Amino acid sequence: MCRQPAVIDIRRHNAGFCGEHFLRLCRDQVTKAIEEFSMIGPGERVLVAVSGGKDSLAAWDLLSSLGYEADGLYLGLGIGDYSDTSGDHARRFAASRDLRLIEVDLRERYGFDIPTGSRAARRVPCSACGLAKRHVFDRVAVEGGYDVVATGHNLDDEAAVLFGNVLRWQVDYLARQLPVLPERDGFPRKVKPLVRLTEREMAAYCVLRGIDYIVEECPMSAGNKHLGYKEALNAIEQQSPGSKHDFYFGFLARASERFRAGIEADQAALRPCSACGAPTVTEVCAFCRLVERVTGERAGGSVPVELSAGSGVRPS
Amino acid sequence: MKVRLRNPDRELDVAGPLSVQHLLARLDINRESVLVIRGDTLVTSDVVLQDDDVIEIRPVISGGAF
Ligand code: SF4
Ligand SMILES: [Zn+2]
Ligand SMILES: [Zn+2]
Repeated sequence: MCRQPAVIDIRRHNAGFCGEHFLRLCRDQVTKAIEEFSMIGPGERVLVAVSGGKDSLAAWDLLSSLGYEADGLYLGLGIGDYSDTSGDHARRFAASRDLRLIEVDLRERYGFDIPTGSRAARRVPCSACGLAKRHVFDRVAVEGGYDVVATGHNLDDEAAVLFGNVLRWQVDYLARQLPVLPERDGFPRKVKPLVRLTEREMAAYCVLRGIDYIVEECPMSAGNKHLGYKEALNAIEQQSPGSKHDFYFGFLARASERFRAGIEADQAALRPCSACGAPTVTEVCAFCRLVERVTGERAGGSVPVELSAGSGVRPS
Repeated sequence: MKVRLRNPDRELDVAGPLSVQHLLARLDINRESVLVIRGDTLVTSDVVLQDDDVIEIRPVISGGAF
């Protein structure tokens, strides 16, 4: 038995953990997720999508400390002070660990930021933002020769998205809601190594590892439906610990496969976007249409990236 | 004790001694959605907080990014 004082109690594990044992639990859960879903193979290069928030910095820290070769990518969204501050957190983290951080600025590269872009395109900010992130992460990964893009999605994120998709029976989304999306047409695999860990655990991980993340919320997230779903799921979790885990992993084990058949035809119809080459079912992909709508110009060409923080030399 | 809440930032004075669990119940906060930090360490729900403690209740729910 461990004699150290407990710093966190996790009701779904029915246990309290000292700092050291909790950090070990986090590493074990990430290792288990990576193995269970074949997320990252030996020698593969990982690009971590970094926002400056707790989840992405914890994911980067966990993958590096487990020995993976993982660089970070920060996308400047141009959301006022929030973006400036979150960028600083990402840069400081990279510098403190001597990790390589790649930066792309949406305004510099594509001529718009999320607030103006979403307004011009009449999309809710998070939808325009998600689209831009997916596009840029894919693109930089392909150009940089990365095998895998890792994001900081945790159990709460996945359970909330699943909850929303089930409420509306969004069958297409349900078919694609997996911890791993396989590579295709030269596009990297997408993986979510934190799916076995909750949001609260990721915040605790950061506190215990001395990771200074941005606690403030993105001002554009107000009214985001997923926040409401998370609160609802936490209310259920409080009554019956383990519900979030059972909901999400039960879906993966018992239901997810049934939705797959329906999208196979869609997959077959994928072809390269005529402007940027990303896989799409339409002539021009959704991101290029967004850029065209907002700036009147077509995206394309390569992304100039700026390196910052860390020397690119990995501590051994 | 001084209790600091975030997003939006505000501060409350609450009389101790009081367990973390009771403090959260009194403020009607779900423990799944916060961390409780005393000084610079995390504390579990059974810990009894004293009058001279400085406490941060930090929300952990984040939105967007999907
Ligand atoms: S909350 Fe929405 S707009 Fe803000 S960073 Fe997240 S996805 Fe983007
Ligand atoms: Zn221990
Ligand atoms: Zn395109």
